[in-house]
Amino acid sequence: MSAIRLTDLTLGYDRHPAVHHLSGEIEAGSLTAIVGPNGAGKSTLLKGIAGALAPLSGGIALAKGKRFAYLPQSADLDRSFPIHVYDLVAMGLWNRAGIFGRIGAKAAHKIEHAIAAVGLTGFERRPIGTLSGGQMQRALFARLLLQDADVILLDEPFTAIDARTTADLLELVRRWHGESRTVVAVLHDIETVRQAFPQTLLLAREAVAWGQTATVLTAENLLKARRMVEAFDSHAAPCQRDAA
Amino acid sequence: MLYDLFIGPFAEFDFMRRALVGVAALAVSGAPIGVFLMLRRMSLTGDAMAHAILPGAALGYLVAGFSLPAMTIGGLAAGFAVALAAGAVARATVLKEDASLAAFYLISLALGVTIVSLRGSAIDLLHVLFGNVLALDDQVLLLLAGVATVSLLTLAALYRPLVLECVDPGFLRSVSRSGGIVHLSFLALVVLNLVAGFHALGTLLAVGMMMLPAAAARFWTADITRLLLLAAGFGMASGYAGLVVSYAAGSSLPAGPSIILAAGVIYLGSLLLGSQGGLARRLLPRAHLQR
Repeated sequence: MSAIRLTDLTLGYDRHPAVHHLSGEIEAGSLTAIVGPNGAGKSTLLKGIAGALAPLSGGIALAKGKRFAYLPQSADLDRSFPIHVYDLVAMGLWNRAGIFGRIGAKAAHKIEHAIAAVGLTGFERRPIGTLSGGQMQRALFARLLLQDADVILLDEPFTAIDARTTADLLELVRRWHGESRTVVAVLHDIETVRQAFPQTLLLAREAVAWGQTATVLTAENLLKARRMVEAFDSHAAPCQRDAA
Repeated sequence: MLYDLFIGPFAEFDFMRRALVGVAALAVSGAPIGVFLMLRRMSLTGDAMAHAILPGAALGYLVAGFSLPAMTIGGLAAGFAVALAAGAVARATVLKEDASLAAFYLISLALGVTIVSLRGSAIDLLHVLFGNVLALDDQVLLLLAGVATVSLLTLAALYRPLVLECVDPGFLRSVSRSGGIVHLSFLALVVLNLVAGFHALGTLLAVGMMMLPAAAARFWTADITRLLLLAAGFGMASGYAGLVVSYAAGSSLPAGPSIILAAGVIYLGSLLLGSQGGLARRLLPRAHLQR
């Protein structure tokens, strides 16, 4: 069963494609890495799946009745806002608590548990503005834990994060995979991908290769991806493939 | 002696009691709204909105004379129109909220002034600009209390999504579609409070009652809940202090401006002494901790 099905999907900005005629499926319960050079359309693809960007053409079909969670690359999060780590993490309960729902003893226990799981115990009363980059990412992962989503989309979750924090957060990703959640992560570190991600999509605007990580991440494929032309051509003619 | 200064005026005069109730109502709803305006980096929005409301209120005056309902409806209509248009443009185009708001409030202001001058009557806008807090009749008091009630109830209902929209709008968008509605309801509250405020303090000073207590409170706490309570407290304190000072100074000191000046004194004091980034803390650093 597929959690996400892409059919001839084109996503882009101002008619210029960033993801071009991409088709394929992400199986439910799979753990997929999306890799590729800068400007390859990795973040754009996640944005499209998360519903934050409408396709220029083609379609994205999401499995019905699944909860999605999306952690953008640099969350447009106002870190100067006077709020504590505890409250930031508690936002993950939105789906169950909503606007009025009470956060009772059971929920409070869950929040504490999530904060402990990312190693931030003792930080509950800290204003979010005082957190380091790595601590912030831990807090955002705690919020993801509480969201209890079936499909989790992570955009460069380990960028600018030290090795220990990366290892800790990767452990959570493995745990989600063990719980048969679907995880899709945009990553840059090929070694991490080889070690922890069974499935890989190598993207360079179009799919260079998609499947088992070992067969995707070959020297030949990586070279092909690197040759992608990044710049948009402002005089480009309309794409003819749509008409066909 | 102390009684004469601090309590006497309110015990003795009905108009002082009305003024106190009026500013208390304004502070209780205006200051928390100011806190959210400040946290969303929309501190100047209140000012722009005040300008946008003015032509509507003036039009109401032209049509029906000095009538509370007409001026209120006119002000609300102009304010909502500008807020909706600015919000819609910000969400649908490349323009950010501040730019689209600037565009629409200027259009509204110009339009209003044009219509007024076309009618050829030189109406006295002084009352609308500076209000008269010492002449609140039952009608105005009911309006102020009603607006405060509606504002507080709405704020309570919207609290979670409103905070979420400030901290992490992307996250709210990913879990709920309420962002747009929350934003517009909040702007509606801003307009509502400004319209209520112009009857007591005048449009321009009403903005002061919103923003000054909020900015002052930020120097004392880094917790949103305390911030809201403290801002409302500061607002009420400045209302009371302003009235006392203005009464003690006789007729030489108008009440509206002295209320805002009192809020200004609280702001400057907080700026100097505040425990969260106040100037004194910066200039007189204490020894750093071991870890």
